[in-house]
Formats: sequence, structure tokens, C-alpha cells
Amino acid sequence: MKQENNNAHKFGMVIDLDKCTGCGSCMVSCMSENNVPFKEDESNKKDSITWMSVYKLTNGKSFPDTEIAYLPRPCQHCGGKGDHGHSPCVSVCPAVATDYGYDTGIVSQIYTRCFGCRYCMGACPYHARYFNWWDPKWPEGMENYLSPNVSPRMRGVVEKCSFCYHRYQAARDVAYYEGRDDIEEHEYQTACTTACPSGAIVFGDLNNPAHKIHQIVKPDPHPDPRNKHVIGKSRNPKVFRLLERLGTNPKVYYLSEREWVRKQGDSYLDGEWDKIKNHHGTSSHG
Amino acid sequence: MSEIENKTENDSTESAGECTAGDTKDDKGLGLGVIFFIVAFVACFLSGTLLFPKLLYSKKEQPFNFDHALHVGETGDCETCHSFREDGSFTGIPKLATCLDCHAEEPLGETEDEVVFVEEYVLEEKEIPWYVYSRQPDCVFFSHAAHTEENGMDCVTCHGHIGDSTSLRPYEENRITGYSRDIWGKNIFGIKKNSWDRMKMDDCAKCHKKETGHQGYCFQCHK
Repeated sequence: MKQENNNAHKFGMVIDLDKCTGCGSCMVSCMSENNVPFKEDESNKKDSITWMSVYKLTNGKSFPDTEIAYLPRPCQHCGGKGDHGHSPCVSVCPAVATDYGYDTGIVSQIYTRCFGCRYCMGACPYHARYFNWWDPKWPEGMENYLSPNVSPRMRGVVEKCSFCYHRYQAARDVAYYEGRDDIEEHEYQTACTTACPSGAIVFGDLNNPAHKIHQIVKPDPHPDPRNKHVIGKSRNPKVFRLLERLGTNPKVYYLSEREWVRKQGDSYLDGEWDKIKNHHGTSSHG
Repeated sequence: MSEIENKTENDSTESAGECTAGDTKDDKGLGLGVIFFIVAFVACFLSGTLLFPKLLYSKKEQPFNFDHALHVGETGDCETCHSFREDGSFTGIPKLATCLDCHAEEPLGETEDEVVFVEEYVLEEKEIPWYVYSRQPDCVFFSHAAHTEENGMDCVTCHGHIGDSTSLRPYEENRITGYSRDIWGKNIFGIKKNSWDRMKMDDCAKCHKKETGHQGYCFQCHK
């Protein structure tokens, strides 16, 4: 996989969990943007499909110390160990129905190629992949409202968040037409980002220092000295990733002022959190 | 048990006997076999090449004939009708409104097709339901802007010399997949002589590999 990666993008997302109110606008906008089928009984979580899913976190304390936070979870678009593109799902797919785009850092899912073995669902540590147990059923006339830019899926294939890749394709079309080499930050934004009423989601290019996400996350380009598989650890002490120590190198970062929220990004043994909580990415080592 | 053993022994000796008998005869059986093989092969080959495509593809006539050569002569290029929108997306087959830019005042020409065009579509204000020869499957994302605007390719490379044609050929639809025959190509074996003979993923990937050094990641051409 050799391609001139000098100006490769690395699209990512940072979600401010202190701003997130758990309203679910991101979930709704995602479903309508990406033609995600809804089910008669959406409470049946073995059947329902939610590319973006909002989790509820609590600090486990009783009144009056109870605190609640909401955690939106899209596909994390993992870079895999060492950020070499060997994402957990990509590594196990026997059909090459999912691959890692080294030019964007986005993990694809090709529905016509997928034959539904669901290895990727087993491999994904974030439960970001969903299986179509049934063909999508739209209410009478609603097919006309589907987006032509996203192909609908059939029974028997896996689907997941694509970081609204069709919006990137559309943005590049404009750039080509206008004779520009690259796209602007605002030209490619995911549906959930634009729908979030509190502005909790920031989307952009982690490789571009001019982008807002880069300024918030300040990703460390060097491997983490404690775990060489971890690349791009945030230098911002308020920013964390889910199950970061696995070395999956997700491109979705979370931001919170509250320590108990940051602690929920992983499971820790007794006393482990206190050793790790002040360990952040730095620019000096390496 | 012993009966069965005896029987199998007898069978084997019998068949062995037959073999030796066959060998001692002349080659008549072999010659017949060869002739049968050749006849069967030719029959299968002909039905596969002549009959199978007819079964596989249904033919549909376009709503009315369209003379590309005439229109290219009048407008001078492809882009007048097959244009880009401001957002960089490609219009593809033009809408009725584009036709009416020129055909608004009165019928231009005296052909039967012009009569059909005016009476059935212009006066009825109905879009013409053209069959699109080059329509790709739904999972494909194709950016015309990337190819013609950014990299200066011409239309002919993929679409052939359709601009020189004076009539529209019937649209052939694959009965199994519902895709146009132009995707697989006219040649039932998939043999390709010109760059516009086929429009399969392999054809895209081959050209991408040659021109960009990489066949591209899935999402480059899929949605």
C-alpha cells in the first residue's frame, strides 16, 4: 500500500461530552442522511441499526452527587496498531469488503462486496457495526426521500458509519470543478456535526494544524512511550479516546473537564487510573 | 457375505473382459466419440455465443430516435447539453428544459422523431424517459469532474464515438442484474479492444493503476 502520503488527510472527530445534552439529534440526522432503515420496534437492540449511538454514562453515585454524561459513538475509524491501517475490522474481513483509506484515514464498508460473515462485528471493540437481519422496509412513498448519494443496504450485509464519505466526494467534486487542489474545512462536515445543536462535535483533518480539531486534540505524532502501538495520543489533558490502550488508534476523540467521565473511556484495575490519568501525549519525546 | 464378494468378483471380471473386447475391435467407437464431442462442442459454443446473450439481455427501444451527430454539428461539443452543475456534479442526460433552450419556439426539423418529441413530451411537459446506456450500479460513485475537469480526459475514452452516431441503438438490459449491457460490454466473453468497450470495476481499476499508480481505495469509487 504505497501511495504518496505527503498530503494525506486523517479525518477525525472530537466530541465535547460536557456540551452534549444527549438530545439524539446526531442519531436522527445520521439515519436520515445515510438511508439507515428503521424498524417497527426500535427498542429491539439486536435488530435496530444506529451508525451513531448515544450512550448514557453515570458516575454511579447516589443523590445529591449523581452526575450524568452522554457519549455519542460513531464508527471510530481505527488506524489499528501503530496507525498503519490494520484496523480490527479490516484485518479480519475475508472479502475485502472493508478497507482502510490511506488517503483519508476513513474505514470503508462496501455493501455489495460484503457477504455477511460478521467477523468484523466480532472484531470491533466499539460495537460500531450492524448487521441487516432484514431487507429495509420504508413506509409507502418514503423511498422517494432517500438520499441518492448513499446506496441502501440489503438483508445479509454489515453496515456502519462512513464519516459521511459522500459529503467528501461531493466536496471534492466542487473543488475539481473550480480547479482547486483541496477542499476547505467547512466543505466537508458530517451530518451529525452539522446537526448537533450544542456544537459538541468538531470534525476535521487531524493532519492539518489549521483545522479546529487539530487545535483541540493536538495529536502526538510519536508513539506513546508506554505502548508503542498507540499513536496520536492527545496532548490535551482533557481529551481521551475509547479503550485507547488497546492500540486501535481511533480517530474519534472525546473531551471532558470531568475526571469521572474521562475514566469511563476504559476499564481500569484498582489504582491503575491514578497512575495513568496524568499521562498524556507530549511533543518532546521520540 | 461371500455371495456379494463373488458377485463383485464376477462384475470386475466382466468389465475387464469388456475392456479387452473393446481394445481388440477397430477404432470405430473412438471416431464416433470424437465426432460426437465436436458436434456437441459446436452446438454448445453456438448456443452460448448466439442464444445465451439473447436470453440474458432484453432489448428496449428508446422513446424516440436521437441524432447525436446532428446535434454535435449544431452545438459544436458535448458540454452544451451534457454539462456540469455549479456544485461540480454532472447533469448526465439533459432534462427537457435543456432541450427547450433551442427547441422552444417551434419544431426544429421535420422528422417523425421531432413530432413525437413535441407532441408527447414538449406539449405534455413530460420528461423523456431515456434509457441510459452507461448507468452504473447504485453502489458506484463516479465523479465526472475528477476525470474531465481535473485530469483532462475526453468523453470518447469511456463513452466511445457516440457523438458521431445518427441513431440510438436499442438499450439492452441484463435480465438478472438489471444493469445495462454496456457495463459488461458487447462481447459476451468480455474481450475488450477499445477503452470504451467495457465499464466494469476492473476497467476503472486498471486505468487508475496505470495513471495514478494505485487502483484506489474502496471509497474512492463506492458509496
